[in-house]
Formats: sequence, C-alpha cells, structure tokens
Amino acid sequence: MTTDAALPPRLQLRGITKRYPAVLANDHIDLTVGVGEIHALLGENGAGKSTLMKIVYGVTRPDEGIIVWEGKAVSIASPAEARRLGIGMVFQHFSLFETLTVAENIALAMDEKIKPALLAPRIREVSEKYGLPVDPNRLTHSMSVGERQRVEIVRCLLQSPRLLIMDEPTSVLTPQSVLKLFETLRRLASEGVSILYISHKLDEIRALCDTATVLRGGRLSGTAVPRDESNASLARLMVGSDLTACQLQPREPGEIELELTNLSLTTRDPFGTRLQDLNLRVRGGEIVGIAGVSGNGQKELLAALSGETLVGEINRSHAGMIRLCGQPAGLLNPAQRRGLGLGFVPEERLGRGAVPAMTLAENALLTGASGGSSTGMLRYGMVQQKAARAFAKATIEQFKVKCGGESSIASSLSGGNLQKFIVGRETRLKPKVMVVAQPTWGVDVGAALLIRQALIDLRDQGVALLVISEELDELFMICDRIAVINQGRLSPTMPSAELTIEQIGVLMSATSMAGHADETVTGEPVDVAA
Amino acid sequence: MSLPSQLLQTLWPFRLEKRPEPSSTMRLASPLIAATAMALTGLIVFLILGKDPVTAFQVFFLKPLSTTYDLGELALKATPLMLCALGLALGFRANVWNIGAEGQLTLGAIAGSGIALFWGEALGSFALPVMMIAGALGGMAWAAIPAFLRTRFHTNEILVSLMLVYIAQQLLGYLVHGPWRDPDGNNFPQSKVFVENAILPMLVEGTRVTAAFIVALLLAVASWVFSTKTFAGYRMLVAGLAPQAAAYAGFSERRNIWLALLIGGGMAGLAGISEVAGPIGLLQPVVSPGYGFAAIIVAFVGRLHPFGIVLASLLMSLLYLGGEAAQIDLQLPSSITGLFQGSLLFYLLAADLFITFRLRRIRRESRAVAGVAS
Repeated sequence: MTTDAALPPRLQLRGITKRYPAVLANDHIDLTVGVGEIHALLGENGAGKSTLMKIVYGVTRPDEGIIVWEGKAVSIASPAEARRLGIGMVFQHFSLFETLTVAENIALAMDEKIKPALLAPRIREVSEKYGLPVDPNRLTHSMSVGERQRVEIVRCLLQSPRLLIMDEPTSVLTPQSVLKLFETLRRLASEGVSILYISHKLDEIRALCDTATVLRGGRLSGTAVPRDESNASLARLMVGSDLTACQLQPREPGEIELELTNLSLTTRDPFGTRLQDLNLRVRGGEIVGIAGVSGNGQKELLAALSGETLVGEINRSHAGMIRLCGQPAGLLNPAQRRGLGLGFVPEERLGRGAVPAMTLAENALLTGASGGSSTGMLRYGMVQQKAARAFAKATIEQFKVKCGGESSIASSLSGGNLQKFIVGRETRLKPKVMVVAQPTWGVDVGAALLIRQALIDLRDQGVALLVISEELDELFMICDRIAVINQGRLSPTMPSAELTIEQIGVLMSATSMAGHADETVTGEPVDVAA
Repeated sequence: MSLPSQLLQTLWPFRLEKRPEPSSTMRLASPLIAATAMALTGLIVFLILGKDPVTAFQVFFLKPLSTTYDLGELALKATPLMLCALGLALGFRANVWNIGAEGQLTLGAIAGSGIALFWGEALGSFALPVMMIAGALGGMAWAAIPAFLRTRFHTNEILVSLMLVYIAQQLLGYLVHGPWRDPDGNNFPQSKVFVENAILPMLVEGTRVTAAFIVALLLAVASWVFSTKTFAGYRMLVAGLAPQAAAYAGFSERRNIWLALLIGGGMAGLAGISEVAGPIGLLQPVVSPGYGFAAIIVAFVGRLHPFGIVLASLLMSLLYLGGEAAQIDLQLPSSITGLFQGSLLFYLLAADLFITFRLRRIRRESRAVAGVAS
C-alpha cells in the first residue's frame, strides 16, 4: 500500500442514497478509497453493493449524496464519463461477443475508435506486463471463463484506470486462478491503482484487501481492517448474527439409485459442451457433489438427468446410460422420471423451476401433479385446487417461506424464498433421487443454511442426492463424495474428507482429465470399487 | 451522448419505464377504455365527414339494438366470432399463434356442406349433428397442417396458418364455380340450397338467430372449465407463460402445439358450418366477412378469457351491424366497419402498453448530483 498522506483520497462517497419503487437500495452510504488501496465492499446478495458500484460507474444516478473524485466533487452521468475520469469496471458477467476475436471485442468496447490490428500490440504489452496471458487474435468462444475474465481486465487496463472495480471476480475462477488474479491486483495497487473489490467470500477479502466496507440491507454496517478480523467477526458484520454450521453425520450408504454409465452426449448448441464418457453412481443416503467452473458441461448433464434432453433419442441402445432406481431412464421424459422417484431443483428458479405469473398453489401443481396420485392434486384429469393449496401451504410452513400465503404470485418472492419453496416442493414429493443445481446461488445466508440442512435431512432419510455447484465451500460442507466436471468429462469421485481445495482446483483447470487425475490426486476413486 | 439522441431528447423528453406492478384493475378496464376511445374517434370521423354526430351515433350504436329482430342479428353475428375467438384464445394463452381461423372456418363450411349436399336427405334427423362434426373435423384438418409443419420442421405457425386462409378461399371458389355448383342455379357460383333437415333451427321466432348461439355459449363455459379446472388446460397455460417450466415439468411441447391448433381449428370449423347451415343456407364463394380475423381482436378485447370473449364478440358484432346501418342510412362506405375494428384494437394495445409501462419525463442529466455538490 503506497498511500500518501498528502494526496486526497481517490474516491469518496458521502451520503449516497438510491431509492427504487420497492426498496431503499442505498441509505446514506459513506465510503473512502485511498490511492493504491485495495478496498473490499462486503455484503450479502441484495445488500446494495451492486447499486453502489453502478452509481460510481455512472450506470445509475444517486437520488442524494456526493461523489468526490481526487478531491473534486463530480457527477458521473454515464460509464463513458466514468472511464474518462479513470474508472474501470470488470463485471461479473462478461459482455463479449463469442464469434469475435479478443482484439475485436476490446476495440468494440473502447471509447476511441482504434482498429483491432493496431490494438493487438498494446494488448500484448499490457498482458505481459501484468502476467495476464491473452492472445489478441483468438476467438472468444474457444476461451474458458477465466481467460475471458483476463480479456475484460486487459480491456480495463488499456485505459490506464486509476480505480478498478471488480464485481465478484472469483466466482468463476478455479482456486489457482484466484491466486494469480490476486498477484495481478496487488501489483496494480503497488503502482498506485486503487481497487474496489466486491465479494462475499471472507477468506479472499482477508487475504487481499487493506480495508473493508460492509453493507447490510442497503445501510453501512461497518468498516474494518480485514487482516485484523476473523471470518466470524466479518460474517457478523455482514449478516448481523452468528452462523451455525451444518452437521454431516457418518452414515452407511444404501443401494445405487442413480447410475451413469459411459454417458456421452453431443450438443446442438454450437457453443455447448459435449459430454464424454461420464460415469457416476449415487447411493441412497449419500450426497455426491459435482464441482467445476460453469460452462464445462453442467447444463448439458442436468438436462440429461432431468429428461429435458433424451439420451436415447437418436440411438435407443443408449437409454441405459442413465439408470434411475435400477431402471433405464434415458428415454423417459421428465414427468415419467418423476414417477420413478426423481426430484429436481433447476438452476433457474423463475421461469423454469416455477412459473413467474402463477401462484404458489399453481406452482405446486407444476411437478406435484406428476408426483403420482399420493398428492391428490389430480383426479380424472381434473385439478384438485384444495389439495394443491394444502400442499403449497404445508411447504410454506415447513420451509419457512416468507410470502403472503399460497396465493402469492411466484415472481413476488425473493430469490431465496422461491428457492426454499422449490426445494420444499421437490422434498415433499418424497423423491428417491434428488438432483439439485446451484442450491444456494444468490440466496441469503439464512436461507442457504435452511436449504443445506433440508438436503442433509433428505440424505439421512436415505435419499440419493446429486448436487452440482460452483461453490466449493458448500460442496465440502454437505457432500460425502465430490467429483469434478471439466470440459464435458467427469473425474472419479473422492471422499470429501480426504480432499483439499487445491486438489479440486487442479482437476477443475486440468486440460485433459485422463492421466492428469492419477498424477495429482491422491484420493482413492470410490466408483471403481463400488 | 451523440447529437441525434440529444436532439431527440430535447424534442421528446420522455421515455417508457416498466411499472413495478401492473394494475390488475386496469387490465380489466382497458377494453372499456379502448371501446370508449374508439367511439370518440368514430364521432370525430363522423364530424369530419359532415354527418351529425348524434344521429350517426344513434344509427351506429343504438339502432342495431332497437328491435327483437336486431337483437337476433346481434347474437347471430356474435356466434361465429365467439366460436373462433374461444378456440384462438386457448391457443394464444398457450403461446401458439394460429391466425388462420378464417381458413379453418372456410374448410369447416366446405366439409359440413359436403355432408349436407350429398347425404343431407339420406341422413334425416342425423344430418345436422353429422354436419357439425364434419365441420369441426374440416377445420381441425386445416389446422393440422401448421401443427404438423411446426412440430416436424419448426416452421412458423403464424405464416403457415395465414397463407392457408387464401388456399382455403381458392378451394371454396373452385368448388362453387365447378363441381359443387347448382346445375339449376342460372350459372350462379353457388351450391344447391340445403334440404330443410340440414338447416339449423331458429331459436326465436321472428329472428334469424340459430341454435348455434346456444352451442357457442355452452362452449364458452366448457372452455372456462377446460382452462381453469383440467390438468390439460393447466399444461397449456404453463406452456404459454413459461415454456422452460413446461419442459422442466415434462409437459410435451408437441402435444401443446397440436392441441392448441386442433381446438382452434375445430371451433373455427364449427363456426363455418354454423354460418352455411344457418343464415346462408347454401355454399357460396364468400361465407364469412372476415369473422376469423375479427375473432383475433375479439380474443384480445375479451382478455383471452372465455366470458370476456362472450362480451367482446357481442361488441364486435355490434360494429358489423352498425357499419351496415351506417352504409344504408348515412351513405358511408363499407370500410367504416374496418375503421372501427382497427381503432378498437389500436386503443386496446395502447391501453395495454400503459398498463405495463409508464411515460416518464427524462430529468436533465446530472441535476440530481450537481445540485447537491458544493
């Protein structure tokens, strides 16, 4: 940190307030970032971090408050103006055109018009200087998420920013790439660039940041020097209460309920991922996790498991690649699979897991009707509204869904509450196999805890669970075994107790799974023995 | 900011902004607002044309409601509109855009007439039921073409169903000019008049309204039961509201498309045969003054709800009758009906836009922040 007392702070926010029709997103927020300081902005989903950063980057304007840039009050009317001041931002979701090269993408995003060919040497220069290897002539679609992030960072650095905003940059990275990114950021800071680092990952913030500003529910909850704090004390600032951890009691697994045998699947999407020779067995009473950076075949695997993609559609003999409760299921549609005992929680809640414009009672019917006659929601093809309402009501109570009741419209619920409802619905349909994608993505800490406990309860009741998540911490918390998916291939599963984050990281970034896995991972592959 | 957009902002300092919560009261009120705006527009048009607006209003909207016979005409013209719109609405709510009801109506008329012309006498009292079934099947067969092409080749059902309208009309023209022309009809392009047992009975003495009106009302109730009480109706709703959720739940997209088009086609076919076996009584080159297209407006004015459609079809029927009266009493061109229909749809869409969006004045850039800064 090279903060010079004589220099005015790079950025000062005073009393920034932003109201939206339904919420007060920012309530008189103060924040000061010094020259060359790495400043963390910490908070749960919905705490107001993104709104505050949008204000700094000129995407939205505050209703009240002052922005002081290097000692002068400024108003930032647009991102272009923010960039002119020297503010760069790396977004969580990249806006790159798949069919263009790196140089073309960067040229498009620049304020001045420069030919891609002229930009290429500058890209190379910056990428070498900061240890961010990027080939300007490569087509974007062939790049991994980590590589794309590098492109975004290089794009910002080309404008020589004095403040770099990073929005949850590590959520798409392997643990090893995270360390590399930190090196780059520290180097930038030592050159006097200030960095605003948005995250909810406490370990990272303690490792990287000089100061932290914590937001809770749109308000300033406190400032701290992360190095002097513990994870627990930071979490208390962020959540407002102490957290309890989930408990995973050792348990003898039962019969094989979900089995993938050499599952291979080509994709129709030109930028999709081909699944190659996936092998996996999930037994009753255990939770198996699949880790991996998104875009490595998770979407395709989930569609194949749910029945939205039929594995045996082209070649009927492939139907047995997926077996549910002992039966070949490759040719069964989602409703038929549910009939066999499959529960499924998709990644997208609104629009896939639930119909946004329908009530919770009507959404109970979505999968409840094919859950068999046990729910009583259907009789002779007629909908039994009473049974659907009762089912929704019981789900709301059991899973503590905050809403106006079973007649609430699904889209009126917050992400966490809707997820609780969907997990609750699938749980109450008494599945034998439960497949869950990103169970707590974008969900607040309290709801995440409840959802994880619900999954563990299912495990203890003998259900076979498969959890696909990008959150490694979560997988370690709730899984008996973990496998890694990378470029459409699945590693053997390994007991999570014997695994380290580093081993997973190696598997997540390995270019070829075959051979590589044997050299670097010391866990015994359980599937081979099973 | 670029110059053109700055200029635009000075001239038109507004922009559309999504409302946080669309009002459900306004959703129901918007057809009424649209109808009022349509009537006002009509009055202005009458004024410009030099007609006394009070007389014109009276001729257009009140005269068609003055006698029992007129009320019968209102129900008569509402019948095909109602039948077509009920079927279309089920499809629209399921995200299947069949806009070829006019063609399906024509095929229904052809198929039902075939029964009437060739087996009308032989079937005796069974003639009418068989004709109705044949009419519905004819419409379904025509709607099956876009259904097959969409599910098999991913063609667009809007284009296919629309183009099939003109093919159906050519087919009808060929039949009444050629093989089905009445040999004793002085070379007029029309079929023989249907035998008496192939003509729909009158509902009320002194009017032309037929039993088909009752059938249409019953089908409105059936359609309401279908979409609110049955699982099949629920599946179609989900497919329309959230296709991905339908796939996740395992509702077949193929079945949804087929069902939506077959129901729409069947109802339109029924409308077609009810027209030829009712007020027309024979097959002629034109069996509908665009009921199948007007039904699209009816479906949306009726909020895609069966009971709303019953009311909307009566309103649309009034526009047809008012247009006819305006032609006779006020010597206005026949396109006056189209003008009212068009402005009704225009105002409805406009009202719907403002239910989900609102117009906001763009505040001068940066005033909010610069004003506070010292």
